[in-house]
Amino acid sequence: MDKVVNNRAWFMVLPVLVLVAFNAVIPLMTVVNYSVQESFAGNVFFFEGSKWFEQVLHSERFHAALGRQFLFTGIILAIEIPLGVAIALAMPRRGPWVSVCLVLMALPLLIPWNVVGAIWNIFALPSYGLLGRTINALGISFNFTRDVFDAWFTLILMDVWHWTSLVVLLAYAGLMAIPDAYYQAAKIDGASRWAVFRYIQLPKMRRVLTIAVLLRLMDSFMIYTEPFVLTGGGPGNATTLLSIDLVKMAQGQFDLGPAAAMSLIYFLMVLAMSWVFYTVMTREEART
Amino acid sequence: MARIDLADIAHAYGPRPRSEADYALKRIDLTFKSGGAYALLGPSGCGKTTMLNLMSGLLVPTQGSVLFDGIDVTEQTSEQRNIAQVFQFPVVYDTMTVYENLAFPLRNRRVDGAVLDGRVRQIADMLGLTRSLGQKARRLTADAKQKISLGRGLVRSDVSAMLFDEPLTVIDPQLKWQLRSQLKTLHRQVGNTMIYVTHDQTEALTFADTVIVMYDGRVVQVGTPEELFERPNHTFVGYFIGSPGMNVLPAWVEGRTATVAGHPISLPRTYEKPSGTRIELGVRPEFVKIAADGKGLPVHISRVDDVGRFKIARVRLAGHALNVMVGEDVQLSGVAAAIEFDPSHLHIYADGELVEGRA
Repeated sequence: MDKVVNNRAWFMVLPVLVLVAFNAVIPLMTVVNYSVQESFAGNVFFFEGSKWFEQVLHSERFHAALGRQFLFTGIILAIEIPLGVAIALAMPRRGPWVSVCLVLMALPLLIPWNVVGAIWNIFALPSYGLLGRTINALGISFNFTRDVFDAWFTLILMDVWHWTSLVVLLAYAGLMAIPDAYYQAAKIDGASRWAVFRYIQLPKMRRVLTIAVLLRLMDSFMIYTEPFVLTGGGPGNATTLLSIDLVKMAQGQFDLGPAAAMSLIYFLMVLAMSWVFYTVMTREEART
Repeated sequence: MARIDLADIAHAYGPRPRSEADYALKRIDLTFKSGGAYALLGPSGCGKTTMLNLMSGLLVPTQGSVLFDGIDVTEQTSEQRNIAQVFQFPVVYDTMTVYENLAFPLRNRRVDGAVLDGRVRQIADMLGLTRSLGQKARRLTADAKQKISLGRGLVRSDVSAMLFDEPLTVIDPQLKWQLRSQLKTLHRQVGNTMIYVTHDQTEALTFADTVIVMYDGRVVQVGTPEELFERPNHTFVGYFIGSPGMNVLPAWVEGRTATVAGHPISLPRTYEKPSGTRIELGVRPEFVKIAADGKGLPVHISRVDDVGRFKIARVRLAGHALNVMVGEDVQLSGVAAAIEFDPSHLHIYADGELVEGRA
């Protein structure tokens, strides 16, 4: 068949271009625009070049928020991934309980994020929340609105409750994709339970676990609503993660320039981390 | 090695089998002699894999018991039974090297050092895997992976029995021949009880001393390859074994004569009027001849296929299709011919089952 050359065909792509322009390119460019200008009341702008970027990168406030962010992400990954795999291993492979388990597991994922924050806020209140009162009744002083450790404890517990299910579902999907013949062969070979996990289940789950880690890494880096509703970043700045800090700066203080610069740094960081992580994991796979 | 008895065994996959149809394997009594080479032969879904898994302990039978050397092992695990089994699709441990894969069953049983190394190298050598011993198993082709699976089955020398569940399905034909003869050699060397499941008659007939033909959850015949060929117990066996399979024609039988489509045919034995609604005459294509002088049953030749050493004539006898094996040198001209049956190789079947005649 001859190739028809008709440049008017480009018009067919136009709707998509317009759509992408409005929901991605233009907002992003607005942020880029803000990040290099100083703004004053009455829509007066001055060009500032890279000043805001330098300021943000050198500010202690940003370093502290970034540190808290890494700590948070590190802790929840260290808990959610092994816990998710363990729960997936404990779930039944077939039978009527499979769907019951799956629905129970999916429930936390169906709850809107701000509701999750609200639920845990009330749940952990030392005065009348079930969790807060129980802990205090045990003789341990607990108040997540005042104590830094308690705030972190509640925040991490909330995230684990909300997101471990995602890891469970992904890991379970990976487990279900293993043909029965592998388990049969392992039985014949006299493999122990640990050997089955180490040499069959874990290697076969690797791909989905890569995705799980990647999703949790990005999501936890971008987390905003839940900690905002739960602690509002407090006590003090103890739980002010990157996104909360960003909003404080942009909305609370109307520092559009630094906030825009920080957004871009933040965006590039998430992008770079995901890319590095993905490259490392897939290269590992290609090599072995 | 061990003698294996399946005593009055039956298996259903559902929890509460009600009718005969719920059973994947219907009541069977069978003995596998110690050191024998057996093949379980039958079409897909006939219950042969189920039977194998009952022996290896991957399945526990719904009823009956499995005995190894007279000891009841029905409740024992595969590991306790000390069975080696190779599956249809290759199973390799991805993260291990070929060497580690082969050593795995031995390491799990606390075999170490020189014994392990010697065994692994011997098996690798036999399967032609020596050069890839250091490679990661997941990088290999399907062929090589199945060789590893096979190797893991063979590496233990003290097993009760070696079970093979269509192990050569994924292997290319050239290598298939080679591996099959290696298995046969191995059987002669170690004298283990070996049971080989297949739906390929060539594979079954070349590997086994005794072939067990299965159909629809039942054992229809147990015998040597010759017996299955010469005297099929059931029209299914006649049809399933042989290429092409046995010709089966509706017949009317009385005494020493069968009548097929109005033509009398003399039989080697005397038959009482057999009971059964469907009486048939069975004759293998090898024992049907084109009559040189034109005297015999008149047939209509519909097609002639040349398959190399001989030709297969597809003919019709009063509407019934028959296959006739014809020598390479016989010339077939025109559409009309006459055929004769070798009288010593005629069998009578009632409702599919062989009827014994009197000499």
